[in-house]
Amino acid sequence: MFVTDTLLHRLKRGCETMQYPDGPAPPLPDRHGGTLRVDAAKCADGCRACLPVCPTEAITRTDGKPVALDLGRCLFCAACVDVCPEGAIAQTGDHRMAVRDRRDLVLGEPGHEQLRLAAALDGKLKKMFGRSLRLRQVSAGGCNACESDTNVLGTIGWDLGRFGVQFVASPRHADGLLITGPVTRGMELALRKTWEAVPDPKIVIAVGACAIAGGPFVGHAEAHDGAAAIVPVDLFIPGCPPHPLTILDGLLRLLDRLDERPVERPR
Amino acid sequence: MSAATPFSLLANASSMSWAEVPEWPVAEFVRITSAELDRGARLCAWFGAPEGEVAGTPVRIVAVLAYDADNTLAVGRSAPFNGAYPALTVTQLQAHLFERELLEQCGVTPEGHPWLKPVRRTTVDAPANDPFFRVEGGEVHEVAVGPVHAGVIEPGHFRFQCAGEEVLHLEIALGYQHRGVERALRGGPHRATRSQMETVAGDTTIAHATAYASVLEALTDGEAPLRAQWLRALALELERLANHTGDLGALANDVAFLPTASACGKLRGDFLNLTAELCGNRFGRGIVRPGGDRYTLDASRAAVVSKRLDAALVDTERAVAWLWDAAAVRARFERIGVVFAAQATALGLVGPAARACGLVRDVRYDHPAGWYRFAQAPVVVWPGGDVFARARVRSLEIQRSGAFLQEQLGAPPDPESARDPAPPAPGALAVSLVEGWRGEVCHVAITDAAGRFQRYKIVDPSFHNWPGLALAMRGAAISDFPLCNKSFNLSYCGFDL
Repeated sequence: MFVTDTLLHRLKRGCETMQYPDGPAPPLPDRHGGTLRVDAAKCADGCRACLPVCPTEAITRTDGKPVALDLGRCLFCAACVDVCPEGAIAQTGDHRMAVRDRRDLVLGEPGHEQLRLAAALDGKLKKMFGRSLRLRQVSAGGCNACESDTNVLGTIGWDLGRFGVQFVASPRHADGLLITGPVTRGMELALRKTWEAVPDPKIVIAVGACAIAGGPFVGHAEAHDGAAAIVPVDLFIPGCPPHPLTILDGLLRLLDRLDERPVERPR
Repeated sequence: MSAATPFSLLANASSMSWAEVPEWPVAEFVRITSAELDRGARLCAWFGAPEGEVAGTPVRIVAVLAYDADNTLAVGRSAPFNGAYPALTVTQLQAHLFERELLEQCGVTPEGHPWLKPVRRTTVDAPANDPFFRVEGGEVHEVAVGPVHAGVIEPGHFRFQCAGEEVLHLEIALGYQHRGVERALRGGPHRATRSQMETVAGDTTIAHATAYASVLEALTDGEAPLRAQWLRALALELERLANHTGDLGALANDVAFLPTASACGKLRGDFLNLTAELCGNRFGRGIVRPGGDRYTLDASRAAVVSKRLDAALVDTERAVAWLWDAAAVRARFERIGVVFAAQATALGLVGPAARACGLVRDVRYDHPAGWYRFAQAPVVVWPGGDVFARARVRSLEIQRSGAFLQEQLGAPPDPESARDPAPPAPGALAVSLVEGWRGEVCHVAITDAAGRFQRYKIVDPSFHNWPGLALAMRGAAISDFPLCNKSFNLSYCGFDL
């Protein structure tokens, strides 16, 4: 019988939702690599080996300055890690990547070797959204990878609903937007209208290299180089696409739902 | 069938001299192409190749045909021309979108085309969609959906003409996702090209990346190491498993059948994680590289993948069986969104959408390239053309791809090191077809005298199949749209490029 079969099977499987964040985070695949760390002090004088291999020109070096890697543009292909003769760019295996300030994604300067992770919302916003956040998702030129791995958070393994976070079908019901894609010209009007339709106060989350900086399409006339060209962005989650764990970490970090303390900004 | 064709025959994933592609004056070319399609050929691509950079330079139309039964492709082209030409769409429906695109990209007008609107042109901050096809009448009303949809999904606009619940006509207007992929390829390959190919449609990363790599390898006359071809086939089938499983879950969700929906949602992730086991990325970014591959799959890793694959396949089989057992599901799937075989042939549908109409059409079988020359999975066909058939084809393909993967994981070819591809040959044309999970991915490259891309054409399976969804909705209830849409699950960005 179908009904009893289904129930028995469900019973046998038990709860399939992960323990995280109360338990340890599920491990990233061993070849994932996680976020990058840049020890520009190791860079040899005049070395530019990593510059031409980067597909999105995320790495720059001006004369006399250390190398600068913009994780907002980064596709995490690790081509730079492979070519660096000094091991100055390294994978850390760390899934945590979300930041509040776009400038925090640029690594390389002394003291800025690693990401400074996002701080939580404060005061009124935290009180309003900390236990209940409704998001409207707008794909604006996204390739359906960021969208898919955002959708994954709704499945039983991740169960985003347990944090009070939910994707809603109307901007009028939303507390903010989650944007994917570089924001194509074709989506400019739709994105602006959607943003205007969300009641104040509202937040905007940019997910993926495209939404942060244009991704593989950076510099294209047919698209903007990310969501910040159209609307103010409160949280940046890098990746191409970010692993679901990276997205979840960003959301929980913003809502102050992680026990660990946010990394202090050294300024 | 192909024996008498005046076109040049070409195998999948191979190249020929651009100068030797046969040409005709454009009117004659349209007539010959139409005759070939009448004889059973299929239109894989129909696009313009401008003779130079400057706007207003003469344009050649290029046709890539597939003679599926003869396992061969064929190419032909028109002489350069400006202005107008007699539309192929008048006799061949499958050219409909291709000719709208031709006008938009190259400025040549297909005369007699019944619905000559832009495909993806943006005016200022939105696509140039107007005017829409309208049905007049006292009881007729119009429903507009999108571009931003209710879920976490890409944007597109659907305009329904309805009489009550019944949909008289659906017009699908896309273009919101246009990122300028083909324009950026001119003069390439560039440093971002491989990443762009992987994101033409992000859920079809492997298929598009494989088509691109095959085109480049055909242009350099250097095949990838067998080991790399093997790995590409594994990744392609994993991509199919993940997406088909996700689709079945989404279909179950759309008829409020939650056991399968929640199980498949998780299982889809299990398949994505297997791809991540190969390369670290759940969508297979970085696996496929022209000339060879960055990642190796040794015996111990293959054993881990095989074991986890087995578990996921067993769970998927069980979760999908619940669907077929539930009368409530069958009642919602059967006879909903029907596309007849004759319509599918006329529209040139590809992939599971075509096979669910009973058409035997699968690049892996008809035009095998890469690893599929040595190993095949049986083609899955189901008659009916309804939502049920499209779901059924997917579930059977999960079984077949699963068996294929288990077999191939245990039979790796000897390791070979990757080789850096030579520069592409000048003045050549290369074609590559890959059976992605949605259907036929077609890439065509034409190189200039310096071996750079003079024209690079990408045809995502969605480009063939969106009109199929519009047709499936004709006469259906508008409340069935989400279900029908999901049963096709087409790509917006793959169409918009």
